Amino acid sequence: MRGATTARTMLAPAVLGVVAIALWQLLVVAFDVAPFLVPSPSGIADAFARSLSHIVDAARVTGLNALIGLVMGALTGILVAILANALRVMSQMLAPLVAALAVIPIVALAPVFYAMFGAAAHTGRQIIAAIAVFVPMYLNTLNGLRQVEPVHRDLMRSYAATAEQANRLLLLPGAVPYVLNGLKIGSSLAVISALIAEYFGGPANGLGKAITSAAAGSNYTGAWAYVLGAVLLGALFYGVTAGIEAWALRRRGGS
Amino acid sequence: MSATRAAVTISGVDKVFRTRKGGEVHALSDVSLEVAAGEFVSLIGPSGCGKSTLMRLVADLDPVTSGTIEVFGKSVEQARKDQDYGIAFQQAGLLPWRTVRANIELPLEIHGVEARARRERSDELLALIGLEDFADHHPDQLSGGMKQRVAIARSMAERPRLLLMDEPFGALDEMTREHMQNELVALCQETGAAVIFVTHSIPEAVFLSDRVVVMSPRPGRITDVIDLSFSSRDEELREDAAFYEGVTAVRSALHGGADASSGPRGVENR
Repeated sequence: MRGATTARTMLAPAVLGVVAIALWQLLVVAFDVAPFLVPSPSGIADAFARSLSHIVDAARVTGLNALIGLVMGALTGILVAILANALRVMSQMLAPLVAALAVIPIVALAPVFYAMFGAAAHTGRQIIAAIAVFVPMYLNTLNGLRQVEPVHRDLMRSYAATAEQANRLLLLPGAVPYVLNGLKIGSSLAVISALIAEYFGGPANGLGKAITSAAAGSNYTGAWAYVLGAVLLGALFYGVTAGIEAWALRRRGGS
Repeated sequence: MSATRAAVTISGVDKVFRTRKGGEVHALSDVSLEVAAGEFVSLIGPSGCGKSTLMRLVADLDPVTSGTIEVFGKSVEQARKDQDYGIAFQQAGLLPWRTVRANIELPLEIHGVEARARRERSDELLALIGLEDFADHHPDQLSGGMKQRVAIARSMAERPRLLLMDEPFGALDEMTREHMQNELVALCQETGAAVIFVTHSIPEAVFLSDRVVVMSPRPGRITDVIDLSFSSRDEELREDAAFYEGVTAVRSALHGGADASSGPRGVENR
């Protein structure tokens, strides 16, 4: 039963994808559209296969930046949320800052970071990814820490549990689903931010740079092949974090 | 210090809650009560009579406004820190990510009991509540009655001499409820703990208690204390004439304490 349902939910989007690509190919061929306007799917697949090793190398660079940013941003977000939950003053102080971080396009800071850390360093890209990840991690974790049921709060008080014990045994485990959801959201943001930051300068490797330089060299089909690489990288990040979330929620036996 | 030293001594306690709009709610007024070691005392009364509040004061979950409460001759704060009582609420309040066993062991873990001793104790308690086969299950795999049994086992984990129970069977169906009452009687006989039991079911209070404390609302106060000295508490007691006399005595005490016209609300007569 369950297998059949899973197959059906997988099949529908797959069919849609195949139909959309077939239609795209058909239109490009039928109307003889120039590659610099819209390249055909088969052309992109060709370019993708030809420069696969390049794409993988570039994806490694961007992926590593995104991963470092994701880990830094996630850890900072969780830590600051724990502090903010313990000290009400701190969460009030942080509220406007977090709101500002949430609305400012962080990548706009890229040129500033390249000036600070030098054009040869990846540090700026990683920091940008980290800041982008920090916001959903902080907000989700704080929200999760605040979901304590009164009966659990009473229990911890009746046990004369210390703040550290209450955090470790009650608040943090209770916040796990929220933290993992934040991580899932953050994972895509990390990839997008690390990639877009490359548009503004810095070291010449990475998927973002590859897309801009291919487009600048009129290699539009090649640019699309790198975009496809970026899509796959983003999907990989999202898939892994969503997988961790699903695994952890199954393991904890629901609630 | 005599052998029959009181488990709980409540003297002249008042509790006033301040509402957000600056008003005051007089939850308890001049409440005095003594619970002897090993004694089972039920608090009964309509909603708003302060019976749960009184239990929370004994547990040091809320502070008294005036008056004093002693638990085994200590302040409530000291008694809480010394883990002199175990507590169970209307909601089981199990941690959903912990197994049944880990839930029972939670207070032991917090108080630094080593893993082997924890396991021995949880084995004993699992046997006591008859859930040995569910040790590694998570709470969402249990029925309401099973969860409540786990919560009661958890409250007994540290062999407290005092159990505080706030309507622990309130959310259970009648069949499960009677079964749980029988189990609680057996557990109390085994452990010899004193119990303060909050309920709004008259038969439940009569079946379980040595004394039933009847309370009335606005402001919450004790209006009557009914002594019940049954020789044994088993299924036969539920059909016994003495049991019905107890039920009648508690019911008339409840009705006498409230306006005759409206009668107490929130009290179950079943």
